[in-house]
Amino acid sequence: MIKTDILIIGAGPTGLFTVFEAGLLKLRTHLIDALPIPGGQCAEIYPKKPIFDIPGFPDILAGDLIENLVEQGKQFEPGFTLGERAETIEKLEDGTFIVTTNKGTKHRAPVVAIAGGLGSFEPRKPKLENLERFEDKGLAYIIKDPEVYRNKKVVIAGGGDSALDWSIFLTDIASSVTLIHRRNEFRGALDSVEKAIQLRKAKKIEIITPAEVAALNGNGVLKSISVKKDDEIFDIETDAFIPLFGLSPKLGPMGDWGLEIEKNAILVNNALDYQTNIPGVFAIGDVNTYPGKLKLILCGFHEATIMCQAAFKIINPGKKHVMKYTTVSGINGFDGSRKEAEKAVVKSLS
Amino acid sequence: MSDIKIKVIDREGAVHELEAPTDMNMNLMEICKAYEMPVAGTCGGMAMCASCQCYVISDHDLPEPSDDEEAMLSEAFNIEENSRLGCQIQMTKELDGLEVKLAPED
Repeated sequence: MIKTDILIIGAGPTGLFTVFEAGLLKLRTHLIDALPIPGGQCAEIYPKKPIFDIPGFPDILAGDLIENLVEQGKQFEPGFTLGERAETIEKLEDGTFIVTTNKGTKHRAPVVAIAGGLGSFEPRKPKLENLERFEDKGLAYIIKDPEVYRNKKVVIAGGGDSALDWSIFLTDIASSVTLIHRRNEFRGALDSVEKAIQLRKAKKIEIITPAEVAALNGNGVLKSISVKKDDEIFDIETDAFIPLFGLSPKLGPMGDWGLEIEKNAILVNNALDYQTNIPGVFAIGDVNTYPGKLKLILCGFHEATIMCQAAFKIINPGKKHVMKYTTVSGINGFDGSRKEAEKAVVKSLS
Repeated sequence: MSDIKIKVIDREGAVHELEAPTDMNMNLMEICKAYEMPVAGTCGGMAMCASCQCYVISDHDLPEPSDDEEAMLSEAFNIEENSRLGCQIQMTKELDGLEVKLAPED
């Protein structure tokens, strides 16, 4: 059981900044995210896009912002449960919550801060009949362990970076790699595309374009796929089919936690402290809604800061505290680090 | 008035007649969201998801899709000949009377 003060669901910019604000109040944090890396949308959808409305940064790449936020929070030693989706929440008699992930990891905390953005990122599944029947029986949407494909015949579908990069990577592992894409053009980094073309010349990758996978065949286990190209359909024998069509966010299981939902977002108490209808559970950043809500990263930072003050009162009932300026008080990291401004030296002129 | 009228058919087949300003630098995805139509606009308008995909029904002369939009459409599902990303269609006077249908959700 992982224990912490504030359990943050979602490791996007808002969730990551919560680590820092909670740390200033001497509160411990732990983050859960469905993605294998922190950063949420910034990391998954647009790491290379500049953001122009982060105060103090005329422009900053989304990926760099995430790196900075991770760095800023590091001194407060946050815990991470990555690659797992928060599945259920349970309130114990002492008022603390148990949040369990889809892989069964349990977390216990007196305060839960949902910073889930648009929800957890799930692989986009192609519209094919009998898809579910072959899941984990030759069909996978994410490559967790490439070794699974050693000396196997693999078919990958998709036209983006992940489809290209995995196809290239697996040529050294799989016995054969076939890449199927609906168009002749690929949307990958230039050197990936060139590498794929070279591997095709060397007969290490078979690339079939423009084509689509039309059906999955097999009795219990995947045996072959049917490919449609130029109005003709033919079968390719394969051990594995990996459609890589990107990820899309879904509110998912959180929708069933008994939270008030409005327009696919979690309703909070009119921007007072971003608490939901469940006391002790807060929603901050893009995942919440209230009159006047703006889905901006900078607003998420504000919401996280306000929320931490309310969390302190729940975690330390009756305890006096005051908001401190970092310029005045510096920062005491949980790792023993100490940051403070240099004291001005006053010298008399005489 | 710099408003134009457009028709958006939702996923249930209901027709919505929307007034869209042309002087607010808005695109079709944003117009739909402003009218609280069920368009997610997940990526915020960067042509990096396809949650605003729609089918253009009227025969308006739309600007050609950019490479980014073409690339996204090549990976999206439920693609038809007349598929476009709403976020890449800017509201201009020329689009008065535009008629589109929302593509199914992923």
